[in-house]
Amino acid sequence: MSGPSDFQPTNPALKWIERRLPIMGLMHSSFVAYPTPRNLNYWWTFGAILSMMLGVQILTGVILAMHYTPHADLAFKSVELIVRDVNYGWLLRNIHASGASMFFFAVYIHMFRGLYYGSYKEPREVLWILGVIIYLLMMATGFMGYVLPWGQMSFWGATVITNLFSAVPYFGESIVTLLWGGYAVGNPTLNRFFSLHYLLPFVIAGVVVLHIWALHVAGQNNPAGVEAKTEKDTVPFTPYATIKDAFGVSCFMLFFAWFIFYMPNYLGDAENYIPANPAVTPAHIVPEWYYLPFYAILRSIPNKLAGVIAMFGAIIILAFLPWLDSAKTRSSKYRPLAKQFFWMFVVVCIGLGYLGAQPPEGIYVIVGRILTIAYFAYFLILLPLLSRIEKPRPVPNSIADDVLAKSGGKAASMVSSVIALMVAGGLLLGGAESARAAEGSTKPPAQNWSFAGPVGKFDRGALQRGLKVYKEVCSSCHGLSFVAFRNLAESGGPGYSVAQAQAFASEYKVKDGPNDQGDMFERPGRPADYFPSPFPNEQAARAANGGAFPPDLSLITKARSYGRGFPMFLIDFFTQYQEQGPDYVAALLQGYEDKPPAGVTLPEGSYYNKYFPGHAIKMPKPLNDGQVTFDDGSPATVAQYSKDVTTFLMWAAEPHMEARKALGLQVFVFLILLTVLLYFTKKKVWANAH
Amino acid sequence: MTTASSADHPTRRDFLFVATGAVAAVGAAATVWPLVSQMNPDASTIAAGAPIEVDLTPIAEGQDIKVFWRGKPIYISHRTKKQIDEARKVPVASLPDPQSDEARVKPGHDQWLVVVGICTHLGCIPIAHEGAYDGFFCPCHGSVYDTSGRIRQGPAPSNLAVPPYTFVSDTKIQIG
Repeated sequence: MSGPSDFQPTNPALKWIERRLPIMGLMHSSFVAYPTPRNLNYWWTFGAILSMMLGVQILTGVILAMHYTPHADLAFKSVELIVRDVNYGWLLRNIHASGASMFFFAVYIHMFRGLYYGSYKEPREVLWILGVIIYLLMMATGFMGYVLPWGQMSFWGATVITNLFSAVPYFGESIVTLLWGGYAVGNPTLNRFFSLHYLLPFVIAGVVVLHIWALHVAGQNNPAGVEAKTEKDTVPFTPYATIKDAFGVSCFMLFFAWFIFYMPNYLGDAENYIPANPAVTPAHIVPEWYYLPFYAILRSIPNKLAGVIAMFGAIIILAFLPWLDSAKTRSSKYRPLAKQFFWMFVVVCIGLGYLGAQPPEGIYVIVGRILTIAYFAYFLILLPLLSRIEKPRPVPNSIADDVLAKSGGKAASMVSSVIALMVAGGLLLGGAESARAAEGSTKPPAQNWSFAGPVGKFDRGALQRGLKVYKEVCSSCHGLSFVAFRNLAESGGPGYSVAQAQAFASEYKVKDGPNDQGDMFERPGRPADYFPSPFPNEQAARAANGGAFPPDLSLITKARSYGRGFPMFLIDFFTQYQEQGPDYVAALLQGYEDKPPAGVTLPEGSYYNKYFPGHAIKMPKPLNDGQVTFDDGSPATVAQYSKDVTTFLMWAAEPHMEARKALGLQVFVFLILLTVLLYFTKKKVWANAH
Repeated sequence: MTTASSADHPTRRDFLFVATGAVAAVGAAATVWPLVSQMNPDASTIAAGAPIEVDLTPIAEGQDIKVFWRGKPIYISHRTKKQIDEARKVPVASLPDPQSDEARVKPGHDQWLVVVGICTHLGCIPIAHEGAYDGFFCPCHGSVYDTSGRIRQGPAPSNLAVPPYTFVSDTKIQIG
């Protein structure tokens, strides 16, 4: 389609370059003069959205790598320090982490669009296969990236996924050892994953170039599925496709920004805020939502090797799609049967995604097997069969005819597809969430937190009182090792002055050294010091606490969660409810009961807590009425203590929360303005093309 | 979106295009800010660059020590009478970077020279008590400093910098 360019620069310097390297001509013929079908709908803008996402991920990734330390002992902390100390580090990390989800969200729409409109059919087979390769590379990159923060899910995800290769007959164990670079997942694994996670996006970018090249040779498919024949069928890429893509990208950024600024942890797993621990596996290992359908297929097959083959087969089978579906009609618009089965297939995929997040037991296994069979049957039986028996409706003669035939109702179909998309996406995204809902302990009551919602702020008084409760009660067993005394004077925090923070720090004894004699010594704390931990190491902590390890509290409100269940998790997405962690912590502190209910026996040294999973907690009731005296006259009750200390710990877990929400508001005002302007510009540009 | 009349099509269109382009450009420019800002020292690095205190009692006359502040070596020299006299004898006007010795030390503490031990040429660390002026000699490109840390010979353009410091007591200084 993109023939030799007639692009001729007029500037002599550009002319000189162009004769020697016709790069401007290439850009011009590819992205300016390139003829694009005039009937493309908004599903086609996801190509541009994906290009943007790749750029965003590479850019933020390169920046994060400037601050990240790929070492098993330091990785978790370095990620936390990025979020806490690097200028806009929280923003960059949120963009990169939710960006991965957005990337997959967009790629799934892109793939389903290709599936629906038959974009894989002759002459676009290579284009499609290149897409499958990109998708595989994305999966590998996404997985390795998830390992880098070195939390519990990172570690155990890495263990489970690398162990997939142990299913290979004869060589399995050797392959796994080769991947690990050790006897188990450890520092060498983390190092190589970091290296490959940095490398693969550039490989993806290379394949994307091939993907676009192949696209520009075959020309874009379109909703009618007929090839462009005359000039009347196409419009030049710029300004038509450019402005439409810009509008699509802008809409997508609104969606993206919702996660970045308001729901940064909605798609993540609370478990990953617990540092990797090779001795403890989390109760539910759940992959990121975008792998869930394949995870469900893996678990549906009761044989290890067969399960792994089925899982990889579910992806590889996509590459054979152009030959499995031999129907001459491309677009499902004109294939009444294929259209219905397509939507059923979408439901099957979402269903598998939901099941991937459920515990592998009972009905879930059975339904999982049925859906797995349905998944493969769609490709192996249904599509080949349909292409032989289905009688398609007549397709339009040309794209121009298709455009002319279009009447009203376009907006309605757009709205309905957006709603369908949001529900489908929400189901898939919320899949992981519902796994935890099944755990069956008493749900903590949702509380009113001053920091909840889009404009939530910390209550300064509560932060100061909470700090007092932490210092006088919690700190005897629990560390707060990611919080520095200087943080107490930072904006968005408890509102102390620099001098107050300094005075607070100097009350602590901090170990320093070695001095000139080579000895360690104690000195008064400085603002740059971190809260000292009550125990020098985990062993000492366990020895002093009857075998239990009091967790560090720096991230506790993010590291604890509970399932909200359907449909709450969907509603939470719109109401920006993110306070499961604080709800749980506050409830736990008040959930002690002197006597366990009848019929419950507690192990030696345990206490009954209504909200603790399993109810037997090793921590004795920490707070009692009147234990801490507040200067501001707030009631000295357990309820007040719990609320204040939880507020303080929420701040400790995310000291820049107020900055995040404030910037989010500005970004939203800007993006809405830009989107509205782009919408009208797009209308203007397209006014004479319809 | 526009104030132009509906009959005025070209103007209206142009206004829309310019407005959209301008808003997009503002957005792009604003996006660059955090991407560049993140390269500045982070909060923990800034906090670690807080002032330090140095006890001067162990430094005998004629000796010097090197301490680190904000990642930079700071030379603290306990100068002899001879070294001070040498530094003060030189006519200030004849120096490449004219500065009196008195201006480079704290009044009443003439024996203490505190300078950043980084050659003002290209950042190497000069060696103390070397060179023709018994001051500092930079091995990289041959810059020679005198007992006041002033440049006397070689390619360096200016004197060794004096860091901000104060005497907390007669035997203790705070750098920063």
